[in-house]
Amino acid sequence: MSGFLEVIDTYWLYFLVGQYPNGPLGGLALTLLLASCALVMAMPLGILLAFARISPWRVVRWPVSILVFVVRGTPLLMVVFWAYFFLPSVTGVKTNQFWTMLIALVIFDAAYLAEIIRAGIQGLPKGQMECARSLGFGYFRAMRLVVLPQAIRHMLPSLVNQFISTIKETSLGYIIGLAEVSFITSQINTQVMVYPAQIYLVLGLTYLLLCFGLSRFAYWLERRRGKKQAAIAARKEAI
Amino acid sequence: MIEFESVNKWYDKYHALVDVTETVARGEVVVVCGPSGSGKSTLIRTINRLEPIQTGHIRVNGQDIHDKSIDLNAFRSGIGFVFQQFNLFPHLSALENCTLAPLHLRGLSARAAREKALSLLDRVGLAHKADAMPEALSGGQQQRVAIARALAMEPPLMLFDEPTSSLDPEMVGEVLLVMRDLAKDGMTMVCVTHEMGFAREVADRILFMDAGKVLERATPDDFFNRPQHPRAAQFLADIRTPFARAV
Repeated sequence: MSGFLEVIDTYWLYFLVGQYPNGPLGGLALTLLLASCALVMAMPLGILLAFARISPWRVVRWPVSILVFVVRGTPLLMVVFWAYFFLPSVTGVKTNQFWTMLIALVIFDAAYLAEIIRAGIQGLPKGQMECARSLGFGYFRAMRLVVLPQAIRHMLPSLVNQFISTIKETSLGYIIGLAEVSFITSQINTQVMVYPAQIYLVLGLTYLLLCFGLSRFAYWLERRRGKKQAAIAARKEAI
Repeated sequence: MIEFESVNKWYDKYHALVDVTETVARGEVVVVCGPSGSGKSTLIRTINRLEPIQTGHIRVNGQDIHDKSIDLNAFRSGIGFVFQQFNLFPHLSALENCTLAPLHLRGLSARAAREKALSLLDRVGLAHKADAMPEALSGGQQQRVAIARALAMEPPLMLFDEPTSSLDPEMVGEVLLVMRDLAKDGMTMVCVTHEMGFAREVADRILFMDAGKVLERATPDDFFNRPQHPRAAQFLADIRTPFARAV
């Protein structure tokens, strides 16, 4: 066991940041960076796609619906390959692994987020939108002030689920040689040779920690909402 | 104030409004009644363009509401609409429900909007519930807040679409009282309602509808005591003695 502690002692920095500062950023830091960038960019795109999905205009609705169906019907690995091999030949721009992976993640997650957001919006009673419009609000203002604040409250648990998936999905960067934490770990394992179980256990625990933290957060949000509703129901009984 | 001119509306093949020609004068209180599915709600919802029509014209204050040049949002903000399901915004308090539109659409300062909302909540007897969330209010209270919210835009015209139909019987009165006071203050009102007591006491005129047509237009006295159309007479007989036909 002391041998494995030595491995940790030697490689912990490599595990955390890759070759940085002597080379490109990698390891856990890159995983976190990739996941956060993907979330930050996928969310607004997801909202846009959701609006397009419920748009009254077919020209807008159809292409986005097709995109959503295609993305939902293909594994992320395929999307990554497309972004890696197909995109450069179309655009003529050779993107590095980070951007390739980011593009794939953003498209993939935006399609899923769009479905969550669409369901959240359409799950509200129609009267909310009608009433806001009757007061004189335009469509987008009614969305922003009346519909979305309510819809997002209902969507939160599903959104957090999707965020958790995104963290795990970054590990597929391995396949195109992106030096995120899974890739770095496999390199460490190749060099050390004798502790594969322990090394991958550490990797697993790292993902678990990240995702568990987020899922506890989602659980807490759900509980808080449940409690609030229970309190409201109790108050209503009292009246 | 409102003119319908040969208005027709279809839901697919279903003819929901049949050649409706009608006027509502300023300051008038018109009650629309009739059996379920007769087109009452459809009619009232066409007035602020919640429902499109296929043929005919609707004019409000002389302006054709389907005119391309009309600013739909500005037009709608001048008409108060009260829904059967209240439709309070559940994420906002009673007060915030009443200040939302004046703040964003009239450009009122936060303080002015608040003061106005409080005075309106006071008018519907709910000043003490200003900070309550809608879920914590009873149905009758929610509907009264909804009326205050509509009034906050100072509309010269109020539309009520079955405002008491989803209320427990004991709460109907409090909402009708608020509506009666509004009528007394000279508000122009169109009310779709099954509350015949309200119609009798408050309405200037009653429109009776069936199968998308306005079959009878009369003063409450004439309508209740001397209905002209046989369908109206039948309707009145049915609501007076609900079991007569079943037995």
